[in-house]
Amino acid sequence: MSLENGIPALTISSVRQGLLDKKFSARELAEAALQFAEVENPKTNAYLTFSRERALKAAAHVDEEIAKNGFVGALAGVPLGVKDVIVTRNLRTTCGSRILENYIPPYDATAVFRLEAEGAMVIGKLNCDEFAMGSSNENSAYGPVRNPKALDRVSGGSSGGSAAAVAQGTAVVTIGSDTGGSIRQPASFCGVVGITPTYGRVSRYGLVAFASSLDHIGPFARTVEDAATVLHAMAGRDELDATSAFAPIDDYRALMKHSVKGLKIGLPAEYFEGLNAETGSVIDAAVKQLQNLGCEVRQISLPHTKYALSCYYIIATAEASSNLARYDGVRYTIRAAGDTLAEMYRNTRGSGFGAEVKRRIMLGTYVLSAGYYDAYYKKAQQVRTLIARDFTNAFADVDAILAPVSPFPAFKIGEKVDDPLAMYLSDVYTLTGDLAGVPCMSVPCGESRDGLPIGLQIFTKHFDEATMLRIAYNYERATTR
Amino acid sequence: MNLSEKEVRYVADLANLRLADEEVSRMRQDLGQILTHIEQLNELDTQSVEPMAQVLYSADETATLREDVPHTSLTNAEALANAAISGASYFKVPRVIER
Repeated sequence: MSLENGIPALTISSVRQGLLDKKFSARELAEAALQFAEVENPKTNAYLTFSRERALKAAAHVDEEIAKNGFVGALAGVPLGVKDVIVTRNLRTTCGSRILENYIPPYDATAVFRLEAEGAMVIGKLNCDEFAMGSSNENSAYGPVRNPKALDRVSGGSSGGSAAAVAQGTAVVTIGSDTGGSIRQPASFCGVVGITPTYGRVSRYGLVAFASSLDHIGPFARTVEDAATVLHAMAGRDELDATSAFAPIDDYRALMKHSVKGLKIGLPAEYFEGLNAETGSVIDAAVKQLQNLGCEVRQISLPHTKYALSCYYIIATAEASSNLARYDGVRYTIRAAGDTLAEMYRNTRGSGFGAEVKRRIMLGTYVLSAGYYDAYYKKAQQVRTLIARDFTNAFADVDAILAPVSPFPAFKIGEKVDDPLAMYLSDVYTLTGDLAGVPCMSVPCGESRDGLPIGLQIFTKHFDEATMLRIAYNYERATTR
Repeated sequence: MNLSEKEVRYVADLANLRLADEEVSRMRQDLGQILTHIEQLNELDTQSVEPMAQVLYSADETATLREDVPHTSLTNAEALANAAISGASYFKVPRVIER
């Protein structure tokens, strides 16, 4: 495989094979991948920063190990992009915000540390909605990400850069974050695989906090197998994140290759109401395909689904209003003038945050303010219990739940920017997974007549990523020529 | 339902946000629209439902505790490297206490 035009076709295993067969060195691959990404990036605006020095350092280490028949990690020489809400030591991390324009973190996120320990080469930081708040990547202070499949359309968000880079071929794999759908929705819009693991499966240490009880880190890739490999490398207990889970990590790549025959799959009626007709027929065809592979399909109900949006926008904004209080003009590089400390705080935050972030801080502050706590925050936490219980009840009868990721495919840039509620409604099928903390993913399952990708969403029980990946892998194998 | 200008300015003060006049009027409308949508939660009787603050898994009570082993942390210079203004090993802010 020649590297110059082969970058978008690379997979983790083809990189490994190329390195071990001495077809190319990690250094040559890093150079070629960076060059390709730098040339292609202006089309989509997926990358905000390239990290040449860091990638070449990782490459040198991989080449040394290969030369002495040493340790070849699971991600040896794999060009990796990292969403810009995940901190990287000595590498600018903006969170898509003006307020962190010059922020150089003094430490690495655990997820990044673990991927680099397996030989991954971080080639750059990826655009996203400001502080991961958005569904279209139009809330980035550095401009929207254009969808590689249709450049006048949004990439989805908030991890728009992470999805677009993989779809465009400017990274082999990327990582992003999901609080209400920010991995699955852009993955479905760009036609790539995106996984939101069980809450606590991947350490949040170094993920800039938006809503701590809902935040997840997860992978994007062009194949289910590559996504599974990245997830496996990041997963596991981390003493730097008290909410990271002790549960053992399954051998995803081995287990996903088992047949899906006999698996019981539920279709929740609530996820098929108000669905765009084209999306509906593509999802129906995907379900039939899985039936042909031997899955038993039945109708189920997740009765509290319609309350998820209200529940989410109380809990997520309440947590965000607290988490974002730290950007006050003292510790994070940018300060606006003010005669008193309070004036300085207000001016810095007023000029540093974009419109959507301010809207969410305001909503979160309102729902937590004196006299409203029980009516909003406590109520939302009780409804969250009901939503989580819906999943527990459903999983008593089925092994997995299938649904669309989004009610419609990628929309036009600018189409929904002036209507926050309409934008929020585009996340209506993804919010529940984060609220319940169950693993969920998007796997490409077809296109609209206009050639816009559509994603199939798969949910399974807590820590049962193996069954979710098994369904995705078997579906992908049956449908990819 | 729109929020009043007074309510919006009060919440902005709590949140330490300076809002321009046009942002205040936009916020009255946007927050009002979202809060109206959120009222649907009142359809649900949640009197006997426990609130859920966090996804929890069963584990030993002390499972998240670790050995108390000292390790190196950031140096003062590293910790201050992103300060808007620093001096004499501290973050500097506008004067708070009058002598």
